[in-house]
Amino acid sequence: MIVEPRLVEVRKNVLKQNDVLARALRERFREAGVLAISLVSSPGAGKTAFLERTLTLLHTRYKVAALVGDLATENDAARLARSQAPVKQIITGTVCHLEAAMVQNALDGWNLRDLDFLFIENVGNLVCPSSYDLGEDLRFVLLSVTEGEDKPLKYPTIFNSADVAIITKSDLAAAVEFDEVLTRRNIQAVRPGMQVLKLSAKTGAGMPDFLEFLERLHPRSHRAAAVAK
Amino acid sequence: MHELSIAMSIVDLACEEAEMRGAPGVDVVYLKLGPLSGVVKEALLFSYEIACQQTPLEGSKLLIEEVPIVVNCPVCRERRSVQSIQSLCCAICGTPTPEILEGRELMVTAMELRP
Repeated sequence: MIVEPRLVEVRKNVLKQNDVLARALRERFREAGVLAISLVSSPGAGKTAFLERTLTLLHTRYKVAALVGDLATENDAARLARSQAPVKQIITGTVCHLEAAMVQNALDGWNLRDLDFLFIENVGNLVCPSSYDLGEDLRFVLLSVTEGEDKPLKYPTIFNSADVAIITKSDLAAAVEFDEVLTRRNIQAVRPGMQVLKLSAKTGAGMPDFLEFLERLHPRSHRAAAVAK
Repeated sequence: MHELSIAMSIVDLACEEAEMRGAPGVDVVYLKLGPLSGVVKEALLFSYEIACQQTPLEGSKLLIEEVPIVVNCPVCRERRSVQSIQSLCCAICGTPTPEILEGRELMVTAMELRP
């Protein structure tokens, strides 16, 4: 009979279940030829306005859809529906972030092969979403000019987990004396080499460059390969 | 604050492992935590106690080993630490280094099972 506590090796990721689901989602996106992009930012950085503008501009030429996470309301989905793109709300209740299982459930009934771009708007939060892989191909972190240039230094983890930074509300930059050089320097400090785009969803400034950037990322070759199979 | 849901995942994982090995309970869970995991040590310890209640882990300890960020410096061509989480530059030569090798860990490495 063993009387001493037994030390056993485990070596398992705590979020293994989420990671496994996320990997499966990423594979589904790749096979279907859809580019999945998630958006993270603090509350009020302009994710929904940015997404509404993006969906409206893209949906004349591409098949686009969006999932939007929110703690309590369906307001965002109602706003985004004006773009004519299919939109589904994920209400997380008290959960402060999206998880891969929520994305998987929300995709029920959608044929991914019918899509070119899928946007996943996370809950407005610069802390918790950084821990959860959603299976997205790219993560965009949004930072509005009204938030302060040191946001990347205060939340290095989420900036580090993102692939592209988007400076939003550029139309307000002069009014708040936004220091773009300092902001870009701070972004590069926490995520060296990260691509940074600047735009205003309200005036449309910077949107053409952003759309061009998106189109370059479009997985047309993936789609062609998937169809050939 | 998502540490409670993380703590609950740790408890689930540890319960599963203990059951698999036929142990009635767990005394200690060893966790490796990187600064880029997005999880705060103090909040996790606080949540852990709550998450353990009425489970085979009740009364167990969570021992957290905080591990540093390690990057592959493109100039030194070596594994290096960084200046800080706010400045991902090689601590030796100062080159910005996007290639992260370690620092995202959120891993249960070992457990002490109750006999």
